[in-house]
Amino acid sequence: MEEKKPIPKTDKPEKDEKKPQASAEPMVLSSSPHITSGETIQYLMTQVTLALIPGLLVGIYFFGLDALRVLTITTASAVGFEALYQRIMKKKITVYDRSAAVTGILLAMNLPSGAPWWLCMIGSALAIVICKQLYGGLGYNPFNPALAARVFLLISWPVQMTSWPVPHPFFVHAVDAVTSATPLGRMKDSLLMHGDLSGIADIQWIDPFLGYVGGSLGEISALALILGGIYLIARRVITWHIPASFLGTVAVMASIFHEIAPERYASPLFHLFTGGLILGAFFMATDLVTSPVTRLGMVIFGTGCGLITMVIRYWGGYPEGVSFAILLMNAATPLIDRWVKPKTFGTVRGKKARE
Amino acid sequence: MKTWTFPAGGIHPPEEKHYTEHKAIEDAPLPRRAVVPLQQHIGAPCIPLVKVKDQVLTGQRIGEPKGFVSAPVHATISGTVTAVTEMPHPLGREVLSVVIESDGEDRWVKGITETEDFLSLSPDLLKARIFEAGIVGMGGATFPTHVKLSPPKEKPIDTVILNGVECEPFLTADHRLMLEHPAEILGGLQILMAVLGVKKGIIGIEANKPDAIDKFEKMASSHEAITVYPLKVKYPQGAEKQLIKAVLRREVPSGGLPMDVGVVVHNVGTSAAIYKAVRFGAPMIERITTVTGPGISNPKNLRVRIGTPFSDIITFCGGIKGKAGKIIAGGPMMGVSQYTLDVPVIKGTSGILVFREEDLGLADSNPCIRCGKCLEACPIRINPSLLGIYVEAGVMGELKVHHVLDCIECGSCAYICPARRPLVHLLRYGKAEVLAKKK
Repeated sequence: MEEKKPIPKTDKPEKDEKKPQASAEPMVLSSSPHITSGETIQYLMTQVTLALIPGLLVGIYFFGLDALRVLTITTASAVGFEALYQRIMKKKITVYDRSAAVTGILLAMNLPSGAPWWLCMIGSALAIVICKQLYGGLGYNPFNPALAARVFLLISWPVQMTSWPVPHPFFVHAVDAVTSATPLGRMKDSLLMHGDLSGIADIQWIDPFLGYVGGSLGEISALALILGGIYLIARRVITWHIPASFLGTVAVMASIFHEIAPERYASPLFHLFTGGLILGAFFMATDLVTSPVTRLGMVIFGTGCGLITMVIRYWGGYPEGVSFAILLMNAATPLIDRWVKPKTFGTVRGKKARE
Repeated sequence: MKTWTFPAGGIHPPEEKHYTEHKAIEDAPLPRRAVVPLQQHIGAPCIPLVKVKDQVLTGQRIGEPKGFVSAPVHATISGTVTAVTEMPHPLGREVLSVVIESDGEDRWVKGITETEDFLSLSPDLLKARIFEAGIVGMGGATFPTHVKLSPPKEKPIDTVILNGVECEPFLTADHRLMLEHPAEILGGLQILMAVLGVKKGIIGIEANKPDAIDKFEKMASSHEAITVYPLKVKYPQGAEKQLIKAVLRREVPSGGLPMDVGVVVHNVGTSAAIYKAVRFGAPMIERITTVTGPGISNPKNLRVRIGTPFSDIITFCGGIKGKAGKIIAGGPMMGVSQYTLDVPVIKGTSGILVFREEDLGLADSNPCIRCGKCLEACPIRINPSLLGIYVEAGVMGELKVHHVLDCIECGSCAYICPARRPLVHLLRYGKAEVLAKKK
């Protein structure tokens, strides 16, 4: 074991209280650089929140006030649980970095709009306390908190988690409490019952693209989510590598299988725009903390997500595999970062540093 | 304009050159009292040649270099030596310095030789003059120039690059020098090429100085061997290895020096100093420095005698506006923050930068969120986030294989970090640990 040495802190004003200092005396000593980009964690989280707004608006449009109710409960309780935990554990309260709010919003987007209030709150508690704070807080969590919580809920309360209210344009309450299946769920059923895709023949790609389908309240509209994703890339919060490799892998795999046996394997457009794929590819897989740091690592990560998603959709027990795929690749992230290193200036890739 | 750049990494901080880029170089008044450190270079400190109460003349040698990697130090004003003692130094430590009380007359030492036909001198004689004048790299690293001009036989040099990039925000000293004294710079380049027996000279200038590029392109048109390369505005374009990569596409090997790829790089200020040393026999007793920042009343580009205290210079520039937050020797990316204004200008002081309290934007450091932005920004492609975590955890054994020693401390990683981690500080600490283990 190596001996731990205390590291001198910097960037804190070093004021000597006793000695009065002339106003011309410099006050702050710190290591270079002395300027920063001004970009903070708070800024990044705000950008993610802004990027999620289109998807949320579509959710509220189709699922009404129920969607707003779920969103409010998860977001408020996520922030509340974080503050509460940090208060009890006597840690610095960090809810102002807005990451807990983003986790709450993302959790809501992964829940059916009919989710009961207690399910929302348990989800928030799982995400914040178990999946984030117990590991040490933001930056230390190995799994995307919202996603890990969602999978926990799915396994524990499968009925509530798969009761999808029928989407209805703007605040139409005529068909309250009627549930429908998601396109992917109907595909699985059709394959089981008929051995082909006749059960989803009525679904045109434009419906999931715009959001007129059953599903979690924030995953239904591919278009709105893609807009948000493009915004995040333009703002340089995320790079294109994970979404492109994730979606690309799904598209390529779906195309190949659809070409071979179109009666059993749905078209690439169907696979791209249904389920949680777009939400996952742009907002969940790109979670900074739980994805690789190098661009090549990100491509490996995205490709892995795509492969696992399609394996589960084709041959798994669940109709949808995006959540599981991302969580599995989250687990692989430390390994990817260990293997994929940047090629340091003046070296040959793979060669060790000079002794 | 076609511009050149290094391929990977880099950042785009605000340039902030507007404070001083249009201001002609002014002479700062002679200091009443000069503090001349006996170490203003990388390498061994000088041995003092004077004692208290000695009379000294401007340009008189007062520090004798010890060993090959060292450079002599000269008196920068005439007057009386009042102390030879440890004094605060802009690089942080206290350094043995000669304190000279001015007689106000600036009487020069005798026996300075002017040489009009300087290019007819032999390379060895040229090099000896450069050494005698105490010339060190003026870009900030202050490596003794004569050492760079003595490459071992097995490393043939084919190109001299002059660095006129000045990629540090705020600083304009090199820019003004290039505009006002291009002939000195070009003369210096010819001397450098003669010393090294090189047929190819390159001047690299960042594209935010089109007037300087114009000027040198016109002058270079009569010199076949000299080419001007406009460079893309990107930090750290002026870092030695990045500059070589940008203009020659050669990559200095990890742990190596520019001479390993046949190149020697000098700052334009150094080149002008070389010209003055060889042509007029002038030792390095002054330099151009940019006094700037939102906290300075009248930002200026100044010709300053080495040893002038920061406080004198700031007073000459109208003093500090408001409450000083941080005072930096050098630029905002790589400069050193100061704890007192008693520190003197040294050969490597490219600027004095004053921030007010409200300009600082201090923030607490947070845990790494693994965004990977530092890896994207790093011009030498190491993993600053991982290295920073290792240093914090005290896992020093992992640092070397992850190339911590290749870090050039440019600050791009810490500039971009949204978690505001003091990455340069951590990596510097790690480098020191690794080097200490080596010894």
